[in-house]
Amino acid sequence: MTELLGIYNYWIYIILMMIGFYGVIAKKNLVKQAIALGLFQTGIFLFYISMAVVDDGTAPIWTTVGDGAMKALGPYDNPLPHVLILTAIVVSVSVLAVALAIIINIQWAYGTVEYDEITELEREEGDADA
Amino acid sequence: MLDIQANLPVLIVLTPLLGGIIATFTGRGVLPWLWSSIVTGATFALTIQMMMTLLGSGEPFISYELGNWPKWWGIEYRVDLLNAFILLVVAGIGFITTVYARLSVQDEIPNDRHNVFYAVWILAITGLLGITITGDAFNVYVLLEISSLTVYALIAMGKDRDRRALTASLRYLILGSVGASFILLGIGYLMMVTGTLNMEDMHSQLLRMPDLDTNRTVLVAFAFLVVGLSLKMALYPLHMWLPKAYTYAPSAVSALLAATATKVGVYMAFRFLFGIFGVGFSFYAMPSHFVLLGMASLGIIFSSLTAIRQTNAKSLLAYSSVGQIGYIVAGFSLANANGVAGSIVHIFNHAVTKGGMFMALGAIAYRVGGTDMKHLRGLGKRMPLTAGALALGGLGLIGFPLTAGFISKWYLVSGALDAGMWQLAVVVLIGSLFALVYVWKIIEALFFGEPTGRTAEATEAPLSMLIPIWVLIGLSIYFGVDTSFTADVATRAASSLLGGLP
Repeated sequence: MTELLGIYNYWIYIILMMIGFYGVIAKKNLVKQAIALGLFQTGIFLFYISMAVVDDGTAPIWTTVGDGAMKALGPYDNPLPHVLILTAIVVSVSVLAVALAIIINIQWAYGTVEYDEITELEREEGDADA
Repeated sequence: MLDIQANLPVLIVLTPLLGGIIATFTGRGVLPWLWSSIVTGATFALTIQMMMTLLGSGEPFISYELGNWPKWWGIEYRVDLLNAFILLVVAGIGFITTVYARLSVQDEIPNDRHNVFYAVWILAITGLLGITITGDAFNVYVLLEISSLTVYALIAMGKDRDRRALTASLRYLILGSVGASFILLGIGYLMMVTGTLNMEDMHSQLLRMPDLDTNRTVLVAFAFLVVGLSLKMALYPLHMWLPKAYTYAPSAVSALLAATATKVGVYMAFRFLFGIFGVGFSFYAMPSHFVLLGMASLGIIFSSLTAIRQTNAKSLLAYSSVGQIGYIVAGFSLANANGVAGSIVHIFNHAVTKGGMFMALGAIAYRVGGTDMKHLRGLGKRMPLTAGALALGGLGLIGFPLTAGFISKWYLVSGALDAGMWQLAVVVLIGSLFALVYVWKIIEALFFGEPTGRTAEATEAPLSMLIPIWVLIGLSIYFGVDTSFTADVATRAASSLLGGLP
């Protein structure tokens, strides 16, 4: 039991990701789908951050000790995943921005952002393979 | 002074990256097109130089460390025969479609958006080239998103012709982002077990694991990566985004996408399955033979069947693309020399054939205003050169002897028989028969119908479109007759992949 609770951040990551995934699949409103997509990706960020943790780790700061050599203050978390996730956050923001830009255009072109209504409009235009 | 030869790998990505940003400021008129032709042409020249350098050096690969950071800290660009070949295909098709795009884009995109269109267009090519050249797993994800985001925008720019381009683009965005996120997760799990992001390091770390075949983290990474990559390369049944995206995108964009985007997805699968996990794990410890071959066979049969039912020539070709991805995936999941070589050859052959065909459809859309079967009817009399290119490309899709498509199917069937999988040979045969039916549908409309409406007044496509179309169609015939270059590169690349070198 303690083993399962001890890694609770991984549980949160999985739950967040699955909520997002559910939203992407089940929501009929395009804006809600875009938000769910953002949630899905945020879950992954948490996973990367959790992965970096080292027992009793601190910030990765190196400093000069008495004889001039560089030395870490103590055991430190792996900084690499943090840096990677900074990049991934930028990517995720861009995805959301492009998604919202397309949704705005859909609103202008169709007058709605509900998936069902759009499908209905497209069927009336004679979309054979819908 | 910058030493071009020594910095060749990074220049292949840097040239279009900067060129794309500068393209935003090129204003209106013909300048954005001219600038993009120069940039993509220069990139193509660099990839040719890269290929020659690699072949001339006799080394198995050329490694380049970005910013002189050692590769285990920084990013490594690593060019071997396989990705030098894919770089050549992507940059070459990128250049030819850019040259072709001028009139098509003038016709389909509002004038004040040309500079943005070409900027995004060049950045899409940058992303595809970057994925191909990098040797760093996380870098693959970042460049994948660069190419995907720009492609979503390119597809959405078809909205002025048909508003369904917007919904097609959004659908691709959502599925594509889920796929890319799965790839990101897979890379994360791999990093957890190996502690590195360099592909070659990852491979050697994985091989050193005594419990590789049962380690649950590795299994999870493998599952996420296979699903994510399948989404990106549109492997049946994860192809749902592809047909509409190709159908409603601007004509030039369809040609670029059909020829390069899914092919780079397949290349990523090569890198991850063969390069990082290794043949032993991917194809013998895991049930990949069964799953991937099954999906590919279903894809070949069902998407060819769906293609037959299409009334729009563009979506017919799009469904046919899903089927052709099936051939490529079937080839490499056989994991033997002939199968993998067939898969690599088919990446090239299908790229030139489909690129040429989509460009021919773009020329028809330019002259007639649409690509429905009713627009095509009787066009063989009005636009004989365009229609002829479309018909020859169609023969390539069937796999008719003396076309490039025949060569890849030959390798594929040999691979299937080597592996004792005669069932796959039957699937290839059935797929070719279905291809015959849907290609015949196009040929019948083109040459045996009576032109009506705008088709009756259509004239031959302008020369600036015909030349790029015939260059690609000509290549697909040339490499069906003289296979020495493609087959040689593919066989050598296949043996290095199967040898497990990343």
